[in-house]
Amino acid sequence: MKIGVVIFPGANCDADALYAVERIGAEPVELWHAEPDLKGVDAVILPGGFSYGDYLRPGAIARFSKVMRPLEEFARGGGPTLGVCNGFQVLTEARLLPGALLQNMSLRFVCRTVPVRVEHPDTPWSGACVPGEILHLPVAHNEGNYFAAEETIAQLEDEGRVIFRYLENPNGSRNDIAGICNAERNVVGMMPHPERVSDPLLGSEEGLKVLRSVLEFAGAKVH
Amino acid sequence: MNLEETYRSLGLSDAEYARVRELLGRTPNFLELSLFSVMWSEHCGYKNSRPLLGRFPSEGGRVLQGPGENAGVVEVGEGWALAFKVESHNHPSAVEPYQGAATGVGGIIRDILAMGARPVAVLDSLRFGDPADGRVRYLFREVVRGIGGYGNPVGVPTVGGEVEFAPAYTGNPLVNAMCVGLLRVEDLMRSRAVGVGNRVILLGARTGRDGIHGATFASDELSGESEARRPNVQVGDPFAGKVLIEACLELRRRDLLVALQDLGAAGITSSASEMAAKGGVGIEIETDRVPLREGGMEPWEVMISESQERMLAVVEPERVEEVLKVAARYGLGAAVVGRVADHGELRVLCGGEVAGSVPAEYLADAPAYEREVVEPEYLKEAQRLDVEEIPVPGDFNAVLLRMLSHPNLCSRRSVWEQYDYQVRTNTVVGPGADAAVMRIKGTKLGYAVVTDGRGKWCYLDPEGGGAATVAEAYRNLSCVGAEPVALTNCLNFGSPEKPAVYYQLARSIEGMSRACEALGTPVVSGNVSLYNETSGGAVYPTPVVGMVGVLEDVSCHATPGFGREGDVVAVVGASGRASLAGSEYLEIVHGRVAGRPPEPDLALEKECADRVRRLIAEGLVDTAHDISSGGLAVALAEMAIAGGVGVEVEVGSGRRPDVELFGEAGGQILIAVPGERWDEVREALAGVPWQIIGRTGGGGLKIGGFVDLKLEELRGAYGRDLFAEETG
Repeated sequence: MKIGVVIFPGANCDADALYAVERIGAEPVELWHAEPDLKGVDAVILPGGFSYGDYLRPGAIARFSKVMRPLEEFARGGGPTLGVCNGFQVLTEARLLPGALLQNMSLRFVCRTVPVRVEHPDTPWSGACVPGEILHLPVAHNEGNYFAAEETIAQLEDEGRVIFRYLENPNGSRNDIAGICNAERNVVGMMPHPERVSDPLLGSEEGLKVLRSVLEFAGAKVH
Repeated sequence: MNLEETYRSLGLSDAEYARVRELLGRTPNFLELSLFSVMWSEHCGYKNSRPLLGRFPSEGGRVLQGPGENAGVVEVGEGWALAFKVESHNHPSAVEPYQGAATGVGGIIRDILAMGARPVAVLDSLRFGDPADGRVRYLFREVVRGIGGYGNPVGVPTVGGEVEFAPAYTGNPLVNAMCVGLLRVEDLMRSRAVGVGNRVILLGARTGRDGIHGATFASDELSGESEARRPNVQVGDPFAGKVLIEACLELRRRDLLVALQDLGAAGITSSASEMAAKGGVGIEIETDRVPLREGGMEPWEVMISESQERMLAVVEPERVEEVLKVAARYGLGAAVVGRVADHGELRVLCGGEVAGSVPAEYLADAPAYEREVVEPEYLKEAQRLDVEEIPVPGDFNAVLLRMLSHPNLCSRRSVWEQYDYQVRTNTVVGPGADAAVMRIKGTKLGYAVVTDGRGKWCYLDPEGGGAATVAEAYRNLSCVGAEPVALTNCLNFGSPEKPAVYYQLARSIEGMSRACEALGTPVVSGNVSLYNETSGGAVYPTPVVGMVGVLEDVSCHATPGFGREGDVVAVVGASGRASLAGSEYLEIVHGRVAGRPPEPDLALEKECADRVRRLIAEGLVDTAHDISSGGLAVALAEMAIAGGVGVEVEVGSGRRPDVELFGEAGGQILIAVPGERWDEVREALAGVPWQIIGRTGGGGLKIGGFVDLKLEELRGAYGRDLFAEETG
């Protein structure tokens, strides 16, 4: 399976995402921001970082990158798409996911490993988990405070689209939301970094479960 | 302004100006004077410290590059090497803390990049005044924000450092940033310009008026007028810095560069003249080819601007196009601004006319001042301490909790959680341990890195304190299982023109050098920051050491937290040396900074640390922590809190209990070992002093009949948020 990792200028978790893709035995493919070509990948990860410096608003510039046109088509056509941290911010800016990521309630950047509950395993990026499973995942962000209109939040909850939820909220997000999906459930955005917990030497490889989900998802589709 | 006023306002003394005239054999023009003023500043020219720095040992088996380059480089193994250096950004941070700290991080990252290395770890060694002071809290908050504000986006994990508070740093905080870079030995780059006719390419951000005369500013004492120098402070752009890193690494990978140098203090002037002087060639810079951020800049402004995120590269003419193409792909600015010439001068051209021309070697050869080393009067008085005058406390539980919650001893979590310490997925042990441990992907190899400074001890005994600083770094690396290899240092002192400060500088260097020799850790790079003074006087003499060590198998390392119940807890190292002199206890509980701290026994220090390191490397010990600030009781509390497992120990040498619990000496390491492994560990420790003091277990910390506290109580005191006062 080929998994593409988008490289925006200013992305800094691209190498980690590529590494994690290798760790789950998939083929990592670099997708350069200036080329409108997904190179035939089966799934796409938008990694963390500070695309274009994020000086205006996280993700606000990245959504206009050339690579975003084919990516939006891919995502709207049901292609498994995961945005992590800045990638999540880009997905909300591109309106592929609802809501926005505000500055943390603490007004500080926070890098911390927090327990996160998997609420729904019925997405390409959570299927390898069991409902209620708790993963210990690091967050590292200044704008991770998920916010949306009350109706939107209610809709997300009603439709089972809150995929990951903090047990210890590090940023003040509504309903302790750590990650959500779109109505079609193929596009997932999450603030915690599953690609960072990808090796027992670094403490754990729990995060690989999130990425392995897409392998199982693809396998299930084939059979 | 007449000539005399001009050179004085540029920071040159009468004697220095006379020397410039003598060297040139003519009167320099304003541009040339500007070149000399920045290159002969203390910051660039090391006028007052150069004669002393030669004392540092700089050679060792693993050293690939010693002092004199952008960073030192040591070999790790399997073709890998580490480049590293620490640098100060004290003065900018005192007047514009966010940008001062941010550009400090950016600057040191580019030094590492110039060696052809990928920057892989940053550490920040920070010192501030009394946190009860509102302005100190502002400086502290903004410096920490600035470090994260640059380090987090640029994608280099901030994995360690220090934070300390003392009134001596009130008007003049110390902000030292260290960066470590990883490279293949064959990719090592140097900054020597060679090849007459080769082109000089300026890479990165456009040049503006920011940071003009920053180097001169950094070489002056801070005063009430310093606030007016905020425009001297550069502004950082981490996005441009990140792009610069990726583009330069690709240029290096494709072997398109002859030489590379970052632009730091004194901008193009410093980089071009150093590159030329090292190569024994000349460099011509055409200032009208330099991409500018604003119109109307004079050639001298272009030459000494300290705009950030720029590098200077020497490139063969036939590769210029390829270099420009790589830069364009990354959206990075790049312009041919000059060429290598055979005349040996730094020549500035504007509109085809020579605007100024000075032999590069003159610029690189600032005058050196050697002074007499005379013991200052304060020292004897400060070292006087009659322990009998210090009352023994009645309630040790209360004393320990008070110490654990003190800003100098409490958890630094509220600081390092603001830094991304994990990006690039190589951080095996992050902040909060004795040292950070990093892996090298695709190998079993790892390395550990730490910064240490003991300003108070150096104030009380410059030579002993200098030695203790190096010994502490050595011990910290050993505690995680790394073999200490080499170090970089940042010498933060007051005005060298004051005899007391010059004495501190000279004796600290002597003490550090002796320790380096005894421990086998050469100095491969460094930085000197003098004139750290305000109206209140000089800062504590604070040499900061950044030391790097190697782990053959990174999976065999140790951390401080107790991991199991029932482990044997032992102290390795000489007992009975702990003293209240210069201790945190003496200052926190009794309000005194006094006494002569125990001098390290370097031979024994090395033997003990090496034994512990080998036990860790063999997989016999996985829990270790050195006894440092706050003494035995604080060290045990830290281990219990970190691991979530309690401990019960006995103390009983018959000495004063406060000396036993809180005395400091260095040279001691606490280890915790499962009972079934103890016999093997004991055998391995034959010949060095050790002592079993207790066992892990229970829900708290018990020390003899003195301390009995629950883990929650310890956590409550230790886990405070250092920034919370602002909202409270």
